[in-house]
Amino acid sequence: MEPIIRLQDVQFEYLSFEGEEIAALNGVTLDIQKGEFVVIIGHNGSGKSTLAKHLNALLRPSSGVVWIKGMDTRDEDKLWEIRQTAGMVFQNPDNQLVATIVEEDVAFGPENLGLPPEEIRRRVNEALKAVGMEEYAQAAPHYLSGGQKQRVAIAGILAMKPEIIVLDEPTAMLDPVGRREVMETVKYLNRHEGITVVHITHYMEEAVDADRVIVMEQGKIVLQGTPRQVFSQVEVLKEIGLDVPQVTELAYRLKAEGLDIPLDVLKVEEMVEAICRL
Amino acid sequence: MLKDITIGQFFPGESVIHKLDPRVKIVLTFAFIVIIFFVKTYVGYGLIFAYIALAVRLSKVPMRYIVRGLKPLLFIIVLTFFINVFFTPGNKVLFRVWAFKFTQEGLNQGIFMTLRLALLVVGTSLLTLTTSPISLTDGIERLLQPLRVIKFPAHELAMMMTIALRFIPTLLEETDKIMKAQMARGADFESGNLFQRAKALVPLLVPLFISAFRRADELAMAMESRCYRGGQNRTRMKILKATKRDYVAVAVTVLLIAAILLDSYVL
Repeated sequence: MEPIIRLQDVQFEYLSFEGEEIAALNGVTLDIQKGEFVVIIGHNGSGKSTLAKHLNALLRPSSGVVWIKGMDTRDEDKLWEIRQTAGMVFQNPDNQLVATIVEEDVAFGPENLGLPPEEIRRRVNEALKAVGMEEYAQAAPHYLSGGQKQRVAIAGILAMKPEIIVLDEPTAMLDPVGRREVMETVKYLNRHEGITVVHITHYMEEAVDADRVIVMEQGKIVLQGTPRQVFSQVEVLKEIGLDVPQVTELAYRLKAEGLDIPLDVLKVEEMVEAICRL
Repeated sequence: MLKDITIGQFFPGESVIHKLDPRVKIVLTFAFIVIIFFVKTYVGYGLIFAYIALAVRLSKVPMRYIVRGLKPLLFIIVLTFFINVFFTPGNKVLFRVWAFKFTQEGLNQGIFMTLRLALLVVGTSLLTLTTSPISLTDGIERLLQPLRVIKFPAHELAMMMTIALRFIPTLLEETDKIMKAQMARGADFESGNLFQRAKALVPLLVPLFISAFRRADELAMAMESRCYRGGQNRTRMKILKATKRDYVAVAVTVLLIAAILLDSYVL
């Protein structure tokens, strides 16, 4: 099957404040299949945010090609179709809500698409229901918690009926409760609505349930695979300054002490099992 | 808390007046303002007073909210009254105090001007009290729609108002945060004279402005990624539709205008 997202040798350079040319993406080639849940990790300046913006045609590659559902992002005529296909949720929940009432904000996207009012109403109700915010339809955004605001932002994207949702560190500014709310919503959408998810984060725990984890460093993909494959490479991750989930770290240390524990432990329950088996 | 600040002075409710189409309310308020200046008789003022009293009654907005709107203008209203009483030329002198004379014409003029100002304030505050900022913006956008022919940016204007309304609480919250952060480091916003206090606000405004610009940048990006491309081809979820009550309101107002014009200019 044709992958829904295809990047071929994507390079992206921008001019820094001092006029230097900086390569934010340095030859990224990547295929993402429809329905996949991909988590991209890497620390600040690794190019993960720049990559996310390429998926929504907010940025276009300096060289190389990005195809979203077969559409080349350099094609101006396809711009709005691409943005509708790949919705984007940003980090700061405050800075992406436009309207003063929740349901009006969710309606913003479909309104921009020029849909008839009854259709917009239907989609708004559906989207709010999917993220579990229907009770707050009439609320003002500034009375909501961070996690709730972020869910409204996701609903705003959902109402445009995208096939892909790109989340650019949506949990970075949230408290643990908000983080869990958002992650559950995202997982639900991936499993039950079949939406392809590209989730960017620096919380390793959020990567555990992904289909695929991609590690970025200096504008390149340095490691990718299932969470188990990626996180068992503790040394590689440490070298580029990234953490592994706490349980994996524990397994790594126990192993170093000579205990017979597999390195690909991701969850507490698995760890319990491994220890019991000793 | 700063968060709870209300913008404008909307008094939420479910009354007939609240439910009127905002377009109708705006137009009627304008008609009301204009007609106030055409009234020349006490009977006319009686009619207008009855009209606005009925509207206030129907809106179920407590009287004190209406009166509150008049308070800041009390001084101007009183001043206008006296200026008109003393400086309107006239022949029917009622009595004299020193070099001033009270005339029948002056007194009439003074009372009329006072009534006009008071009615003006009551009429316009009734509009803002019964219409939420959002529907007000909506109404303005749709009323200005025809002006798009002459390239008037009706949609853009309404969008700016909406975003401003949306971000006022956010920025207030942020101001509060920055203020507390600076107070924790010894900043003093409360003592000193007016000039010193204004000066103390500069270190507050700089980070606030920077952050506002950053927010604007991010919001623009978020809007773009949600396919926003101006008012062209944009539809709306909520459509304003005039209902029976709007037609009744218009009819009543037209009757009032007709009666006032008849009373003041024909009879």
